[in-house]
Amino acid sequence: MNILKFTLLVWIGSVIAGLLGSLTGLGGGVVLVPLLTIFFKVDIRYAIGASLVSVIATSSGAAAAYVKEGFSNIRIGMFLEIATTLGALLGAFLATKVPTSAMAIIFGLMLLYSAFLARKPRARPPANEVPDPLATRLRLNGSFPTPEGIRHYNVRNVPTGFSLMFGAGTLSGLLGIGSGAVKVVAMDQAMKIPFKVSTTTSNFMIGVTAAASAGVYLNRGYIDPGLSMPVMLGVLAGSVLGTRILVKADTKWLRLVFSVVIVLLGLQMIYKGLSGRI
Amino acid sequence: MPIQQEWTDQKIEQIVGNLLRAGVLLSAVVVLCGGVLYLIQYGHAPADYRVFRGEPTDLKSVSGILRAAFALDSRGIIQLGLLLLIATPVARVAFSIFGFAKEKDRMYVAFTVIVLLILLYSLIGSASGG
Repeated sequence: MNILKFTLLVWIGSVIAGLLGSLTGLGGGVVLVPLLTIFFKVDIRYAIGASLVSVIATSSGAAAAYVKEGFSNIRIGMFLEIATTLGALLGAFLATKVPTSAMAIIFGLMLLYSAFLARKPRARPPANEVPDPLATRLRLNGSFPTPEGIRHYNVRNVPTGFSLMFGAGTLSGLLGIGSGAVKVVAMDQAMKIPFKVSTTTSNFMIGVTAAASAGVYLNRGYIDPGLSMPVMLGVLAGSVLGTRILVKADTKWLRLVFSVVIVLLGLQMIYKGLSGRI
Repeated sequence: MPIQQEWTDQKIEQIVGNLLRAGVLLSAVVVLCGGVLYLIQYGHAPADYRVFRGEPTDLKSVSGILRAAFALDSRGIIQLGLLLLIATPVARVAFSIFGFAKEKDRMYVAFTVIVLLILLYSLIGSASGG
């Protein structure tokens, strides 16, 4: 296959990954790495480098839209970014040491876990939590607009949330994904932050986290311009298109299909890793 | 008093949001220009990403990428676009320091400086390791 044909096919695949990622809210990165490694036979390290770049593009591109809604909490985001960026550095250094077959297996397990999270129904949060002294000291408690007026919320379990964020950062740096699912779990489930605030703040943190590992990837020569170019442009185009049609699409059905795809890709990655073919 | 603070937060976030969008747009344009040039130059060469070789030195470091891009090397131009993209969230963090300083929030100025140092270490400092 020549470069022109390869670039076009990767671009089309990336548009689809970006489109599905934004429609389902799971991010394009999760399907991008399996797509590149399984179907295009790209070395997993190049695939992860290209995926990280696309994660920065979609997260930063979407941030402007989220900011206007007034849901994201920049203090929670910035405080937790200390954890995610440190984790991302660790993950990026681990990526240079861990054998590629082990990376494929970890990636596969992560895919299965994301699919599980996407299917799990969310427990309704209790109306109002008692303020956590640490959260108060850190000025993390906030408010957001609802149709019934401004709603205030208190943040809980700061140390647990911070540790989970370190883990999310490590996964992001090791696998080149946004790990938005883990970030939302840390904020929504552990820290009891309202779901809307969790998802928008998570999106805003993803770009900074990915930038922390992208620097290391760039310096280690894992970011290839020829591959990253169609991936970045494709995922960006797909996610912009996705946010445009999000209002009309039936996402419930799409999420189900996407979960099945993720499970299949996850199993395939684990199989390839175990049989040493990656 | 809390209303005053929320208004400032909101205003800072709005500027940040526009900054991010501009950064992404600029980098996409640079990547696209480099990409078109790259396909014209190498479009008919065989594509091979099965074997990991790592990038040549001039496409790995900030200074090398700048040199390659200004020499109008197509791969260097794409890499410059990607570098601009990676720098976009870094610029956002740097701007947040200014925002928190305006609100006289010393604790968050400190937190933001820590995040910025981690990002700068990754982009510049991690090069010497290998």
